[in-house]
Amino acid sequence: MNAVLRTEALSKRYGDFQALDGISLALPRGARHALIGPNGAGKTTLINALTGTVRPSAGEVYLGDERVTALRPEHRVRRGLARTFQINNLFPELTVLESVLLAACQRTGAALDAWRALEARRTEIESARAILRLLKLEGAEATRTRDLAYGEQRLLEIALALACRPRILLLDEPAAGVPRRESVALFEAIAGLPGDLTVLFIEHDMDLVFRFARRITVLVAGTVLTEGTPQEIATDARVKQVYLGRAA
Amino acid sequence: MRSTFRWLEVAFWLVLVAGYVLWPGKLPLASQVLIAGLFALSYDLVLGYAGILSLGHAAYFGVGAYTAGLLAAHGWGEPISGLMVAGLVAALVGFVTSPLVVRGTDLTRLMITTGLGLLLFELANRLGTITGGVDGLQGVEMQPLLGALRFDIYGRTAYGYVLVVVFVLFLAARRLVRSPYGLSLRGIRANPGRMRAIGCRVDLHLAAIYTFAAAYAGVAGALLTQTTQFVGLDVLSFGRSAELLVMLIVGGAGLLYGGFIGAAVFMIAHHVLSSLDPVYWQFWLGVCLIAIVLVGRDGILGAGRRLLTLRRRRPVTVTAS
Repeated sequence: MNAVLRTEALSKRYGDFQALDGISLALPRGARHALIGPNGAGKTTLINALTGTVRPSAGEVYLGDERVTALRPEHRVRRGLARTFQINNLFPELTVLESVLLAACQRTGAALDAWRALEARRTEIESARAILRLLKLEGAEATRTRDLAYGEQRLLEIALALACRPRILLLDEPAAGVPRRESVALFEAIAGLPGDLTVLFIEHDMDLVFRFARRITVLVAGTVLTEGTPQEIATDARVKQVYLGRAA
Repeated sequence: MRSTFRWLEVAFWLVLVAGYVLWPGKLPLASQVLIAGLFALSYDLVLGYAGILSLGHAAYFGVGAYTAGLLAAHGWGEPISGLMVAGLVAALVGFVTSPLVVRGTDLTRLMITTGLGLLLFELANRLGTITGGVDGLQGVEMQPLLGALRFDIYGRTAYGYVLVVVFVLFLAARRLVRSPYGLSLRGIRANPGRMRAIGCRVDLHLAAIYTFAAAYAGVAGALLTQTTQFVGLDVLSFGRSAELLVMLIVGGAGLLYGGFIGAAVFMIAHHVLSSLDPVYWQFWLGVCLIAIVLVGRDGILGAGRRLLTLRRRRPVTVTAS
């Protein structure tokens, strides 16, 4: 398997607390991979270590064949790794289009253009609008982010990440706090993303996980308990005991 | 909304041009207000757009002022080239100091910028043989502007010179804040962590605007030197940096014109109140400043904009189709 994102024995320790302990993952191109586990299992820490927000205590992160463990978050984004956040992390005073343009201009290098008007950046504007159409946010492009409904803000999180034109998209509980009907629509939007995009997502709603993931990794106490297809995970006795059993 | 602002902008600059007729006896004061406005515009780029809180911006104003003064005192009295050199030297100092400033949070930035300001102030004080120390730099003599227009005692040449320089620099700043780079700065001010998560090299962006703003501050300082033909240590003082912060907050940060409005209100209030009550004028100035900020928490311009927005509640946005 040619992995586009891979970790080798990734560990993170905070004092006496071992948040991640020797995590090895490999995601192929086009994966729809879910990361599940009880609270405190280390899911968000893993995403943070993958993106460079958290520096691992040991282990390596690879994007394709390139080792990126020492790279800062912004440099990993430029290599095709983008993420969303569990709690909305947006630009409240900017409009939806301006927010997506921010990311689009970073990607093309236009963000360092201090002379031409923003309106003259046709390529970036069209690219931003295409992403808004994909996520059905085109009607809200002139709305300030702070005035968006919560579910729309979750979609804008994804739009910002997509505007970086990533090869790998990490979604940290994209449907957190979203009402059930909206969360299904949100995951349908995720399912409609380009097939060659690798998606790793954290989600607590097992119906959504089993509906949209092709493979699942179960984390418990910072270690990988098991990995497999949704059918394999659903029938795994250890998962039932440690995670699903408790959730049921 | 945009057309309303456009007309207000045109009116603003036309009133300044009409200053020759409207306030012919106050041209030296008007020049100083414009210079303070340019200095505040420079600070607005740093604080209002990039979110860098500084209490040492006078360092770059002072570097520009002393550069222009030293050049003129040593025989290079040609104003325009002196202004450019002063801007470049201030930019260089801004660039060199920017790595210290752009990292860290508001509190560390406050401490570092205050420290830099104090450091340069004491350096100028200690190098009295070069800077004139507490007596100020003597012998600053400016040549006629464009080889023909002498700096007259009524401040007519100075006012025109300052107005043109300020207008040109304002136009450049206006382009900058409306560019993709300007949008990035607004993003960084609002949420630097998220900007990194979309691939932005935040420190690089901040260092660039800090250097640019230092150049503007240096030009403002040089204009003050050239039009008054004197430089004193106060150009580097902590008080000047603190007054700058007050001017910008009174006028409204992040709105481009806020610095000009704040500078005008502050300096005219200073002028009027000190003539009405020469002993306790600072008391009344304090009362005025508190009242202004309490009435409009985002400054005079922010309050004005809110009033206009109430008439037509729609966010300003990218209008490309």
